[in-house]
Amino acid sequence: MSALFQQIGAVVAMTVSGLPSRFWASLTTIVSVALVVATLLAFLAMGNGFAKTVAGTGSEDVAMFLGTGTSGSELNSTMPGEAVRILEEAPGIARDASGRPIVSPESYVAVGAVRRAGGGEANVSLRGVTANAPGMRTGFRITEGRMYDPGTNEMIVGAGVVREFQGFDLGAEMQFGTDKWKVVGVFEVPGTVFDSELWADLPVVQTLFNRGPTVAAVRARLTDPGQMEAIKAFVAADPRLRIEVKTEKEHFASEARSLEAIVYFGWALAITLGLGALAGALNTMYAAVEARTKELATLRAIGFGGFPAFVGALTESLLLSLAGGLLGVIAAYLIFNGITASTLGGGFTQVVFDFAIGPAQVVSGVVLALVLGLIGGFFPALRAANTPLLKIGAE
Amino acid sequence: MTGEALIELRGVQKRYKRGDETLSIFDDLNLTIPAGDFVAVMGPSGSGKTTLLNMLGGLDRPTGGSINFAGSPIEKLSESQLSAWRAANVGFIFQFYNLMPTMTATRNVELPLLLTKLSPRDRKERVKTALEIVGLGDRSGHRPKELSGGQQQRVAIARAIVADPKLLLADEPTGDLDRTTATEILEMLQLLNRDLGKTIVMVTHDPAAAKYAKRELHLDKGEFEERLT
Repeated sequence: MSALFQQIGAVVAMTVSGLPSRFWASLTTIVSVALVVATLLAFLAMGNGFAKTVAGTGSEDVAMFLGTGTSGSELNSTMPGEAVRILEEAPGIARDASGRPIVSPESYVAVGAVRRAGGGEANVSLRGVTANAPGMRTGFRITEGRMYDPGTNEMIVGAGVVREFQGFDLGAEMQFGTDKWKVVGVFEVPGTVFDSELWADLPVVQTLFNRGPTVAAVRARLTDPGQMEAIKAFVAADPRLRIEVKTEKEHFASEARSLEAIVYFGWALAITLGLGALAGALNTMYAAVEARTKELATLRAIGFGGFPAFVGALTESLLLSLAGGLLGVIAAYLIFNGITASTLGGGFTQVVFDFAIGPAQVVSGVVLALVLGLIGGFFPALRAANTPLLKIGAE
Repeated sequence: MTGEALIELRGVQKRYKRGDETLSIFDDLNLTIPAGDFVAVMGPSGSGKTTLLNMLGGLDRPTGGSINFAGSPIEKLSESQLSAWRAANVGFIFQFYNLMPTMTATRNVELPLLLTKLSPRDRKERVKTALEIVGLGDRSGHRPKELSGGQQQRVAIARAIVADPKLLLADEPTGDLDRTTATEILEMLQLLNRDLGKTIVMVTHDPAAAKYAKRELHLDKGEFEERLT
């Protein structure tokens, strides 16, 4: 067995040390694999970044109430004002120092906005909130300006909206329908979809968008997450409450699935491109084996078996594809990681998120590269293993 | 110093098929090479010199007949058995040296020893000795392109003898060398035959080279004609 490893070691060393003599062909393979991996990682980073932002939104100890039959979308949800008052009496809801229940009734409408990049139009969420809303979001803070004054057409805007869309800078005025709104503050709730929203006073939003006393959702702070079952029982027992309830965390986790398709598309595109890279890898490897025909025949004449030649060729292919994979990962990381984008979230409004390349995406890219190397090297390696002995005199 | 038959060819046939045509190289070739012999095989192009050498080295198989090596037939060995047999018994020397271009002289010479169970220390020792025998002890770290043609052929000879095989097969070993260098290589083969007892079969076009062998075999139309040198 040790003799076999010695043979393999010698052939692999010969193969690796011969790589510089096939520099351009090897580089072509590396670059084509790198392009495939970078393409895949762009999509995976997008899916991962979106999932992180959406799934990272929401708390376990916040109950979220929506109207029934809304498919979990705040945009489609309507709840009568009476429901808010009933829910305030539900068991398990935390109370503030003065004994009032900590609930946040919120309205939710979509308003038009124009992207900074490209000038395309998109929908942004305008959320009508009360003084309890910031306390429901861990990490909320005003980074510029101040909070809106209740009863006015003032709004505060999420940092993601300022980055991605035109006209939302501090002090700017925006027209939604017939009404003008003034930006008086910029807020952030890092890594959440709330960064992609506009917030204004609930009664003003209800009035100017003709929502009457209805709200889209109610958030309630729980005394502890274990109270969810009691709340569900409370809601089910009251015929006036035609609403659904889940934790805020569960709500956003289900929204995160809406971008899974982009990940599948990324894989499909990468595999399609991979077929092209595979053709290149096969070509390079066949040429490499061809160039070594005499050496391989000589080794076989000396007494080497076909298996070390097979391993040597396969190793070369795997090394080239691994180099391509790592190059693709580095390129994708430098180009895509952390760049900001926005896409349609579950509520048909834009969610601003950062592309994120993490260990799972890197592993996916490297595995794809190695699979390309394995397939691209397998058949040339078979040819290497079966090099005719009589090629020993080849010139 | 010749003795018992090392190689015996009996009724050897070799035919190649090309489409519907069958090309016959040998119909009934018979030959005995005693241990310790040094044979030069000559003959016109296409007479089957290299085919004969390939069959003697187990690189090619006869269509019929038998090839015995030290009393055992080799033509029926499997591919892997034949590989092991070559590793243990045959050293090859080629016209164009067939060295691994990216390896140093030491690594090239060590290759046949990688098929043995020798320890790295023993391998190193054997490689050193082989390179010293061919007069290249001071060139062990050089790669083939850093060596002259004659030096490359010496490295190839060191590789051929390092595992101490009984049989050396040389295919036009001086065909790519100038006269002076060729003479050095031929004298070295004589030395290996005379002092180390290696049995050598050398294919050559060059009558001057053939004179260094103990006997010449002229191959023509699939048959031998022997001349003592």
